[in-house]
Amino acid sequence: MKRLAGFIKKEFIHIFRDFRTLIFLFGIPAAQILIFGFAVRTDIKNAGIAVLDKAKDEISTGLISKLESSDFFILKENLMTDTRIDEVFKTGEIKAVFIFESEFGKTLINEGSANIQIIADGSEPNVANLVTSYSRAIISDYTMELNRAEETSAIPVEPEVKMYYNPNLESQYMFVPGVIAIVLLLTCAMMTSVTITREEEFGTMEVLLVSPLKPIQVILGKVMPYFLLSLIDVVFILFLSWLVFDIPIRGSLILLMLESMLYIMMGLSLGIMISTLARTMQQAMFTSLLGLMLPAIVLSGFVFPVESMPEIYNWLSSIIPPRWFVTIVKNIMVKGTDFSFVIKETFILLAMTLLFITLSTTRFKKRLE
Amino acid sequence: MTDEKVIEVKDLVKKFGSFIANDHLSFNVHRGEIFGFLGANGAGKTTAIRILSGLSKPSSGEVKVAGYDIYRHAEQVKRHIGYMCQKFSLYEDLTVAENIMLYGGIYGMPGKEIKNKTGTLLESLDFTGYRKRIIGDLPLGIRQKLAFAVAIFHKPDIVFLDEPTGGVDPITRRQFWEMIYKAADDGITIFVTTHYMDEAEYCDRVSIMSEGKIIDIDSPAQLKKKYGSPSIQDVFVKIARPANNK
Repeated sequence: MKRLAGFIKKEFIHIFRDFRTLIFLFGIPAAQILIFGFAVRTDIKNAGIAVLDKAKDEISTGLISKLESSDFFILKENLMTDTRIDEVFKTGEIKAVFIFESEFGKTLINEGSANIQIIADGSEPNVANLVTSYSRAIISDYTMELNRAEETSAIPVEPEVKMYYNPNLESQYMFVPGVIAIVLLLTCAMMTSVTITREEEFGTMEVLLVSPLKPIQVILGKVMPYFLLSLIDVVFILFLSWLVFDIPIRGSLILLMLESMLYIMMGLSLGIMISTLARTMQQAMFTSLLGLMLPAIVLSGFVFPVESMPEIYNWLSSIIPPRWFVTIVKNIMVKGTDFSFVIKETFILLAMTLLFITLSTTRFKKRLE
Repeated sequence: MTDEKVIEVKDLVKKFGSFIANDHLSFNVHRGEIFGFLGANGAGKTTAIRILSGLSKPSSGEVKVAGYDIYRHAEQVKRHIGYMCQKFSLYEDLTVAENIMLYGGIYGMPGKEIKNKTGTLLESLDFTGYRKRIIGDLPLGIRQKLAFAVAIFHKPDIVFLDEPTGGVDPITRRQFWEMIYKAADDGITIFVTTHYMDEAEYCDRVSIMSEGKIIDIDSPAQLKKKYGSPSIQDVFVKIARPANNK
């Protein structure tokens, strides 16, 4: 045990003395959280709109100020003619134009319904979709208020759509599980595979294997520091996303940490396996980056929903570990479910871990010969 | 040197598939002896060293190192040997003292003893000023000398040196061999492979391997006499050549 302690201490010295490793461990997660959180958004905030109010009555101006006062839209321009519509879209600052027919208020009161035309910028389909559905919601809210105020008998039936777990459809709820899955995969698999191949490249691995340390102790000593630092990474990411984006953990934190430990162990054993396949640090690095990063981002369901993928991709995604971990984290963090809802995913990760360990032990033994 | 045998090898065979890397090797090495293990590239030296140091298992044959059977007591063998290869020159991002602390610890030496001995070691090498220096900042020659000092730091019975002086300048090579002599005087058996034939002349005995077999073992003087050659270089070319021409 004492022999191993000194060895683990040495591994920590490697990590803390190398600026790049530290950046990798803590800088990248922080950057990812902030980039995904602020830049890559699938919800909207402050989208520019313009109005062409041909009615200019109490009801139309009331609706406009309602749109304006929401966090979603900013009124950029009051248009005077139809011809301006084309021009304002070209500036790119306007995501939608609201056109009120003349005598809008009068028609609404007399006939019970009136027309608003919403023209959205279709060159950004996601934004356009969100803009129209958000504005629909605001408009129906407004008409309901009107109905109440006027105490008219005809209360129009409006479909009420409610988003469970994430009422505002905030994208941060999606990316936190994704960032945890990717960051852990990178730190665990890539860093361990690189640090082990480094020992091989520098000839120190041979000296370690000749020493009284058992091969299993050498490997444990190499991965133990990364296990601890990855756990700190999880806490760091959760804390940062709570601090900056106010994302809560609805389920059990202990369960979340236990699942993270399992996923970290999976990543470490994957890293060990890569190190038994790669001859040099560069090979290990590229295998991890290209072989893990891209599939993890594209196929884990963190950016694109797995359910809407063609079957072959769906099948491919089921063999990559992050997909299962993203589901686990989403369930625990966002839905607040307990262990019974993530049993399947947990066992799949466990099976993958065992598979990687078995494969690397066989490869490692072969390599020693 | 004493008559006590610290390495006993009898009919050692190592096969990789149908390829025979070590073909019935038999030899003994005595305590305190400097034993040169020569052979052209691919003659099977590294395979034999890996077996003797417990890194791989023989296909058949009897091997005892430091009095322990390599099959049954590989762990004991590992505790009693030191090892240094050409590629190895300590951890580059650790200081001299940290490297010594690490290896001392791996071989089970108590921290206090390591600290005390580190001082004596660095003094004897005249390296006291390097104690807190990062290995990567030191010249190769100093690193190799330190690497050797670290390989025998835990007072092993035998130290295996696999081309320890590759890429080192002649002056450092000479100093390196002085360290080897001193270690041998202290009772450590030296098992060394090298491609420098002048170094082979410094050995008490040398064995010359070719195509997996040991062609001859004797003292450099006897070998030169036997093959009528002025130098070990000449002996080597005469008897180890076939492997090269294949």
